[in-house]
Formats: sequence, structure tokens, C-alpha cells
Amino acid sequence: MYIPKDLVAASAAPLVLGILAEGESYGYAIVKRVRDLSDGEIEWTDGLLYPLLHRLEDLEHVEGTWGTAENGRKRKYYRITPKGRESLAEHRRQWQAVVGALRGTWGDVREMANERSRGWQYGWRLNPIGGLAT
Amino acid sequence: MKKTFDQTGFEEQIAQWRTFILERRAVDAPDAEELEDHLRSQIADLVKVGLSDDEAFLVAVKRIGSQDALSREFARVHSSRLWKQLVLTGDAKDDSRPSPRREFWVVTCLAVLAAIAVKVPTLFGLTLADDPGFYLRNAGLLVLPMVTAYFVWKRTRVSRATGIGLLSGRMIGIVVGAFVVGAIVANAYPFEAGGSTEFLTALHLPIVLWLVMGIAYVGGEWRSGPKRMDFIRFTGEWAIYMSLIALGGGVLTALTVGTFNLLNVDATIFTQDWLLPCGAAGAAVVAAWLVEAKQGVIENMAPVLTRVFTPLFTLLLLALLGTTLWNMLDVSLDRDALIVVDALLVFVLGLVVYTVSARTGSDKVLFIDRVQFTLVITAWALDGLVLAATLARISEWGWSANRTAALGVNLVILANLSWTAWVSHVMLHNNCPFARLERFQTWYVPVYLVWATAVVVVLPPLFSFS
Repeated sequence: MYIPKDLVAASAAPLVLGILAEGESYGYAIVKRVRDLSDGEIEWTDGLLYPLLHRLEDLEHVEGTWGTAENGRKRKYYRITPKGRESLAEHRRQWQAVVGALRGTWGDVREMANERSRGWQYGWRLNPIGGLAT
Repeated sequence: MKKTFDQTGFEEQIAQWRTFILERRAVDAPDAEELEDHLRSQIADLVKVGLSDDEAFLVAVKRIGSQDALSREFARVHSSRLWKQLVLTGDAKDDSRPSPRREFWVVTCLAVLAAIAVKVPTLFGLTLADDPGFYLRNAGLLVLPMVTAYFVWKRTRVSRATGIGLLSGRMIGIVVGAFVVGAIVANAYPFEAGGSTEFLTALHLPIVLWLVMGIAYVGGEWRSGPKRMDFIRFTGEWAIYMSLIALGGGVLTALTVGTFNLLNVDATIFTQDWLLPCGAAGAAVVAAWLVEAKQGVIENMAPVLTRVFTPLFTLLLLALLGTTLWNMLDVSLDRDALIVVDALLVFVLGLVVYTVSARTGSDKVLFIDRVQFTLVITAWALDGLVLAATLARISEWGWSANRTAALGVNLVILANLSWTAWVSHVMLHNNCPFARLERFQTWYVPVYLVWATAVVVVLPPLFSFS
């Protein structure tokens, strides 16, 4: 399944904050955790996680410290701050509102499935290459 | 055995990737470190599931994203990095250079020494109010040794590690000797107080000393054209930094006087006798250091300013020439007018030199080249008029120190402008390399030194120190 860029971008910050709320972590481990959580559906351009982490650091939602990895190399670890937890709670309310609203419009499960298959067909017809890629 | 070979190849690949990432200004060294850690972790995991080192490297690089996308995202978060910052006391990346912290202390000491040096004569009862002539003649001698000492320190240090551009003991001897001779001439010659030879010495001795300092600046390689060009660039940037510091100093002075006024304390004596002279002397050293530190980090300002002012000065010179010709070649320009025009011509020469200094490799004729050609031709014509006027004054009033100096300056400028005009003409029409003009301008620098030295050493006795 292909998840559009906008959606990935919008969900990136809450995902990172959520993962860091589980405990201190570092870039590569965060990317791996995202893959695990989404069963490989959410594919990030790995490098782009770092600018995001730095932005959250500037906002004081996370704090980074340089430590040593098990292989002896320098590694930057990130930890969520109280401010970050507040932000995470806020994200959660926002996403719940969005998901709740979407559920309301989707109605029952059967209709949702129909919608999905029609979407597939449109996708094929409008953009065969994009369709194949997904 | 094979493993070690693979390992070095692999490390090389990672090092290459790292350099590639660091090329963009938005990504700094810690970022690269972090990304490299990511890359290595990813590769390790991929190797664990059976990929070869090379395959794992390719996949990991692909996953981490393109350099463009990365640097764009980093730039959005760290927009300040797009402004080049002058880091004065960071970690030295290059072992061959003195550590910035150490350099900072050397510069501070030299600046303080320069500030003290301008006040030392007062210990012997020579105050600015009593003997302004002494300070006029010795201004360069009090300050420039510290700037020179900075370059001697820096160049000998650099060369010890690299073995290039060694500032030899002989060169240092020549520089020190020149300063000693300058000091003797400025103080042993029995100048008539307030006379024109004293004034001419005060005007030309700093030029001599500055150019002598150039020997230390170029690390003894004064024969090298590119090194001389570096010194010309340095001179322009130094002048700009001095004016910037002077602006800040002006604000500091005004606030000092203003705030102490509120406390009913008159700080004008302090600012006049201490803050301004000591500050200016220290600033000379600090400005030299700033120019050295910023080299390559921030664009050179002098060429930018010349770009802006070359067309404007061309218009001014055209108007000046037109007015002079309109007044029926009235060449009886009086003394003050001659001085102003001479100053203008020196400035034009500066404009030409700094435009040349910023000339990049391209040999394409640009609009600015045509403007500069017009400027040079106009200045040349104007210089001819001034020369005629000076000669007229000499024939009418006889030789004097001032007239001789004016004649010399005009000849020095005329010779330069003539050749510059000729080379520019050839360049515009035959497409000869622009480097020729640069070569000529650097070749010409010693002429300034010879002329200024002649004014300082020969002219005063010739006109019996009047």
C-alpha cells in the first residue's frame, strides 16, 4: 500500500514522540520501530528523520545527548521532555478527532471495502506506472 | 587477508559518502556523524540478513535519501547555517595552522601592545597637543610593527609544519631593518615643524611600512604575483574592517561621553586621549586578524564595492573632464584642486586594482569591463591635464617638495593607467587573457614602494627639510 507523502509527513512528529515516550532511543532504532509498528507500510526516507528530530529538539520537545553505541562509535540518543509529552497528548487528541470524523463518513465496513476497490481501479487507469509501483 | 582489504574499501566508501554529504552548507559535522551512525547500523543489519558489504552500502545509501532532499530538509530546520558564520575560536581542523585559541591570545596581546605603544611617548613628555608632528610622522611606526609581528608569528608557524612559504630569517631581518631605518628617518631628520616635507613623510612613511609588512604577509615570497595579489586583497579587506570597527568605535565613544555626562563626569578627555588612539591602534591588529580568519569564509567586500562604485566614478570623472574641457582647458588648477584630483586618481587606481583582484577565470568580456575601460581612459586624460597643470606650476614657481611629490604621484599613476588602458584595449578587442592585467598590476606594486621610499628618504634633505 502506498501512503502519500503528506500523510507520512503529518504523522511523523507524533510517531517519533510516541516512540520516544516508550523510552530513550536513537535515529536508526526509531526508523526500525516505525517499520515494525506499521508492518512495513510506512516507509520513510531515513535521512529525513534527523532534521525532524532536530526541529523537535529546537522546540524542546525532545532532548538529545551524545553517547557511545555498543560498537564504540559516537551516537546521539534522544529523550522526550515534559513539553514533548504535552505535545504528544495534543497530537493524540487531534488524530483522534480526525480518525473519529473519518469513521463517521465511512459508515459500515462493507461500503468501505467497495470504496477501496474502486479506488484501486481508478488508480490503475489514471496512473498505471504509479499503480504498478504500489 | 581478503577481509581486511574489503574493510578498507568499505571504510573508503563511507568516508566518500560523508564528504559528499558535508559538501552542502546546511549539513554540519555532527549531523554527518549522526547520519553515518545510521548508515552503519543499517548496513550491519542488512549484512546480517545475507547481503554483501557493497549491496548493503548501496541499499542503505538509497534508504537514507538523496543529498538534495537531505540538505533541503536540514536547511529548513537550520536556516541560520545558510548564513556563513565567522567562527573565530573553534577547533582547528588543520593541524598545520596555529590553534585558533592560541591565535586569539597572540592577537589580543599584540593589540594591547599596539594600544600601549601609542601612549608610550607621553611618558617622555611627548603629548599629542604639544608635538602633533611627532605623532604624525610616527603613527605607522607605533602601530604597524604589531601587525607585522602578527604575520611574522603566523607565517613562521604555518611553514614549520608544512615546509611551504618559509619566512626566512633573512626576510625577517629585511623587514625589521626597514622599520628601523623608517624610525631613524622619521625622527633623526631635522624637519621644520609644520613644514611640507614633514607632512609628506607622515603621508608616505605608512605606505612604505605597509608594503614592507607585505613581505611578512606573503611569507617572504614577495616575487610571486599571486601572493602579491593576496596582499592587495588583504589591504582592501583590512580597510573595510577598519571602517566597520571605526563605526562601532564611534558608537562606543558617543555612548561613553553621553552616559558619563548623565553622571556629571566629563569623559571627553578620556575618549580623546585614550579610547580613540588606543582603540584605533588595537583595531589595526584586530582587523588584520579578522581578515585572516574570514579568508574564504565570507565574500570579499572590496570587489563588491568596486562593482557598485566603478560606474558611478566613471560618471564623475566624465563630468569632471567635460567641465574642465568646457572651461577652455583652463589648466591653472590651483593647489587644493590638484590635491583633490590626485586623491581621486589614487582612488580610481584602487577601483581598477580591486576589480582586477576579483576577476574570476572567465575571459568573457563583461559590461563591467567596458565601464572600467571608460573609467581608465577618462582617468588617464584627467591625469594628463593634472600633470600639465603641475608642470605649469613648477615652471612658474620653481621646484618645491609638494610639487615634486605631486609630479611623482601623477607620473606613477599615469604610467599605470597608460599600460592598463593598453592592456584593457587589447583584451576588449583581441580577447587576450584577463590574467595579463592582473599580472601587470601585481608587477607594479614595487613601483609604489620605490616612489614612497624616495619621498620619505630623498625628498626631505633635497628640500632642506622645509
